[in-house]
Amino acid sequence: MKPYQIRRLFGRIGFGLSVFALVSPALLVFLWMLSLSLKNELDNTAYPPVFIPSSFSLRNFIDVFEKNDFVTWDWAEIGAFGRVWFEMPWPGGYLYNSFIVTFGATFLALIFGVPAGFGIAKSKAHKAAALIMIARVTPGLSYLVPLFLMFQWLGMVGSLTPLLITHLVITVPIVVWVMIGFFEGLPNELEEAALVDGATIWQAFRYIALPLARPGIVVATILAFIFSWNNFIFGVVLAGRETRTLPVAIYNVLTFEDVNFGPLAAAALLVTLPVLLLTLLMQKEIVAGLTAGGVKGG
Amino acid sequence: MPRVTAASAGSGLRGRNYARQYWPFLVPAGVVVFAVIVFPWIFTLYMSTQEWHTGGAITFNGLANYKRLLSDERFLWSVVRTLYFTAMAVIFPMLLGVAAAVCFHKEFPLRGLARTIFILPMMATPVAIALVWTMMFHPQLGVLNYLLTSVGLPASQWQYSPGTVIPTLVMVETWQWTPLVMLIVLGGLASLPIDPYEAARIDGASPWESFRHITLPLVWPHIMVALVIRTIDALKSLDIIFVISNGGPGTASETMNYLLYLEAFSFYDIGYASAIVVVFFLLILGISMLLFTSRKQAY
Repeated sequence: MKPYQIRRLFGRIGFGLSVFALVSPALLVFLWMLSLSLKNELDNTAYPPVFIPSSFSLRNFIDVFEKNDFVTWDWAEIGAFGRVWFEMPWPGGYLYNSFIVTFGATFLALIFGVPAGFGIAKSKAHKAAALIMIARVTPGLSYLVPLFLMFQWLGMVGSLTPLLITHLVITVPIVVWVMIGFFEGLPNELEEAALVDGATIWQAFRYIALPLARPGIVVATILAFIFSWNNFIFGVVLAGRETRTLPVAIYNVLTFEDVNFGPLAAAALLVTLPVLLLTLLMQKEIVAGLTAGGVKGG
Repeated sequence: MPRVTAASAGSGLRGRNYARQYWPFLVPAGVVVFAVIVFPWIFTLYMSTQEWHTGGAITFNGLANYKRLLSDERFLWSVVRTLYFTAMAVIFPMLLGVAAAVCFHKEFPLRGLARTIFILPMMATPVAIALVWTMMFHPQLGVLNYLLTSVGLPASQWQYSPGTVIPTLVMVETWQWTPLVMLIVLGGLASLPIDPYEAARIDGASPWESFRHITLPLVWPHIMVALVIRTIDALKSLDIIFVISNGGPGTASETMNYLLYLEAFSFYDIGYASAIVVVFFLLILGISMLLFTSRKQAY
């Protein structure tokens, strides 16, 4: 081999190693989480740690569903392969709570935020955009003190409604921010042609801008969903025993019970699984959305 | 005469009317933003001037809460800790994030998959990964101490010792948020022109020289955006501290945000907590302004 070929080879190996070094911390933590969740408690508490266990089992995952109110099942009535049984006053347990809060807050944020993004982009309302930016900068906890008091006065504490409303603090700025960027990038000509032909502004929005903005709406929905799903501190303050969202529920497992590694890892994995799957499936959209403005809620 | 008025007023009016047509679109979101964002700000300002404990009487006490902040050692230490944590939680993700962006900017096999794995830490639920880290930090049974000792390094106390708790939290924060820096800088790299590099290569510049004198200046605005966002997020960091160390041991990892939580929801000192919110908000705003204005002078 010629010298430059050797140098290139070494360059490639070095580059490969640095990519590996960058990716491995992420890989290791998630693989270790998976490993803990699939091993029995004997292997999990062994020292030195067991990297390749003698047997895998889904016991930990079954425990999560059976022993916690992760999802409320009625095993006796419906059988081992039964479906979610709705139980009063809060049917379905923590998973249900998380779904209601996250889907509700994301859905409402789209209803409110998409037209607002359109309005701000078209009327170049920079002050409104700046307000949204400041909302993103403010720590989530600072909204909680006044909102918590308001919910107390209104007698709403203990239901899912205050949580859902508070999650709008996260989802609305994300949706508005992504949609401003998206509508600004759309060509004006189509809407102007429609306006000249006698369409109202609402029609131009509904039938021209909105269909064109579908990819942007997808990005906004995914990001709002993920950051609402991941939110922890709002639930810590606002949720009662029965209205906990999943992140709060697994945190409480850690603090109040004798902790076993396996079930805890299994619960953690289940909580973050929807988000991990979304990231793997929608990687392109998520990267596009995050690169555009570095939106992160809370 | 009428023609002149119509023309001069016309252009202005037309512009304003044009914008005004779109205002109805802002109304629904405006109501929500006012109710859950702007109103809490105003109400916090009001509360910060009151002697206000949950369940107790509410009396106006002017700036007494703010004066108390200045002489409250616990608060002042929390500011120091916040700045210490933030400095480290900005430097490491920035350095690693820029390096990662340069790597991911090149074509290589499985790049998409590698990038997806790389960004998983920032998308995953913070509480879930904080729990996994907690298990990995376990002093006797944790995998990290095993790995440390097996390569001949001393085992660490991680979050259980006042000296190592903040570096431990910084490590998790770096693990979690380096990807965001990488994504923002990668976006900048993707928008770079190719011509300067070809010119530099013809002129005999080394890869490092073209990185230092072409890439870095061109991508600098993106690095600054990443820096501002990272700084704000590091100042606000809470979930990880909450789950991994709970502000402890003692008060060794009690940052402003964590103290704010305690004052409001453990000590029920609403007025004092609101004063912390106001100071905290001004600190965040001040630091991000500083970074934005220094953006032009840096290059």
